Amino acid sequence: MRYLPLTPDDRAEMLAVIGAADIDALFRDVPAAARPADLFDLPLHAGELEVERELAGLAARNRPAGAGPFFCGAGAYRHHVPASVDHLIQRSEFLTSYTPYQPEIAQGTLQVLFEFQTQVAALTGLDVANASMYDGSTACAEAVMMAQRVTRREKAVLSGGLHPHYAATTQTIAHAEGMHILRLPAAIDAEAAVIAAIDAETACVVVQTPNIFGVVTDVGKIAEAAHAAGALLIVVTTEAVSFGLLKPPGAMGADIAVAEGQSIGNALNFGGPYVGLFAVREKLVRQMPGRLCGETVDADGRRGFVLTLSTREQHIRREKATSNICTNSGLCALAFSIHLSLLGGAGLRQLAEVNHARARELKAALAGVAGVEILSPRVFNELAIRVPGDAAALVEAALADGVVAGVPYSRLDPTARLDDVLLLAATETTTSEDIAALTRTLQRNLGR
Amino acid sequence: MRFTKDHEWVELDGDVATVGITAYAAEQLGDVVFVEVPEVGRTVKAGDGFAVVESVKAASDVYAPISGEVVEANSAVADAPETVNAAPEAAGWFARLKVADPAQVEQLMDRAAYETYLQTL
Repeated sequence: MRYLPLTPDDRAEMLAVIGAADIDALFRDVPAAARPADLFDLPLHAGELEVERELAGLAARNRPAGAGPFFCGAGAYRHHVPASVDHLIQRSEFLTSYTPYQPEIAQGTLQVLFEFQTQVAALTGLDVANASMYDGSTACAEAVMMAQRVTRREKAVLSGGLHPHYAATTQTIAHAEGMHILRLPAAIDAEAAVIAAIDAETACVVVQTPNIFGVVTDVGKIAEAAHAAGALLIVVTTEAVSFGLLKPPGAMGADIAVAEGQSIGNALNFGGPYVGLFAVREKLVRQMPGRLCGETVDADGRRGFVLTLSTREQHIRREKATSNICTNSGLCALAFSIHLSLLGGAGLRQLAEVNHARARELKAALAGVAGVEILSPRVFNELAIRVPGDAAALVEAALADGVVAGVPYSRLDPTARLDDVLLLAATETTTSEDIAALTRTLQRNLGR
Repeated sequence: MRFTKDHEWVELDGDVATVGITAYAAEQLGDVVFVEVPEVGRTVKAGDGFAVVESVKAASDVYAPISGEVVEANSAVADAPETVNAAPEAAGWFARLKVADPAQVEQLMDRAAYETYLQTL
């Protein structure tokens, strides 16, 4: 269908038929105060070339992650995505943002989702994974609401090591479902502090490993404490590459594992779209949100794929559905699956080892910078440091040297009074030269 | 045995009521593939959704026909949901409730009234 805008004559004719003087007359019922004339300070129209110049100028104000030393992590990670991933996801047989309507006619798409689920279940060490959520933070909120359905309890305990954005998202979404959210104060290495907050009203405890400060924790003890109180353990992971080296959540007693899958197959994408991973123990599957693809055989005994357990979903279960989500992050999940398939198990482990090695090099270099205090004892590929003064100001100063030095914690949670804490990540994309540039700018700016 | 308009049945024995779904309901649902029975100890009010039955066609809540405390849940239907189709008004029961007011049961339809009600659907 071609898009042909109305001509002024068309408009005048239509307005004449309904007896309106001009377009604004159609909005007369909206109070004048609610329609400020200068709401958008934008020109009404411009030529294509002008628009292109304008937008190119705006885009040039961005500083691409790949333009130089870059140490931001904290939930979004710069990794190398092989060109083959982008090539394959653009094949028209695959390219879709969603689970399709009439899904069974798209067997290839369903098979991809089935493979994706299989990979997520294997990575998290749990029995069943869904076809993905919007991102890690909404997956976390959905997990908390799932725990409410399973336990019929209202209280959720969030660790002080949980990414502040995940905590805020969970509060926003689960609050509306009547959950009481107990958010513990930010704590660098205190995932186990949640144990003291568990009581007989607790539906779930939410812990993160590696946590927002990069600290790796074996949450087995927390699992025992939660289960003894009849609560579920939800384990959050924001850096999916860490699954290549660390003990999977399922092996540590997690009932639900949620993660941000961006690190595998997906670029930073300005913060989204991303892909939420969601896996559970099999006995909880009926309360799991989201789409689920199953393997079956057709009338002739041939292997096929179907959407399964749809009775959890709102097109069948209406207001009793497990979730409002009735789609998935199709394209990001596809990229995740293709990249992980290219890596394989050994490749993922190798990638994780490289990430860890880069982080150790970063940590050692930072330890040599006078004034910098390393806060994270056990890390995978990111860590927190304390700097003299304001970390946000230091990041601004380092930017003048062409170095993106990390994420000031105050940027994630201004209320935590951790203004001197800086979060840094190193990945396989981080070079020794990058680390040297970082230490140089830190030394210069810390005045030593 | 007494019946509700939501197609549950109740049979009272002393102050313990056995509850299930009627043969009509089971036939309308088609092949039952999943049953979620309530946990023992839960207190339910008449009209509360207290169990779930899923067939290949639909998922439905089962409502408590009377108020009471769940004293027994039928794990046999949870393990073998097809029991609900095979014997809806016998082995396919869902739960037993200790009822506070057995007279509540008398308010429900008897079989003749239920059969008449089915004719109107």
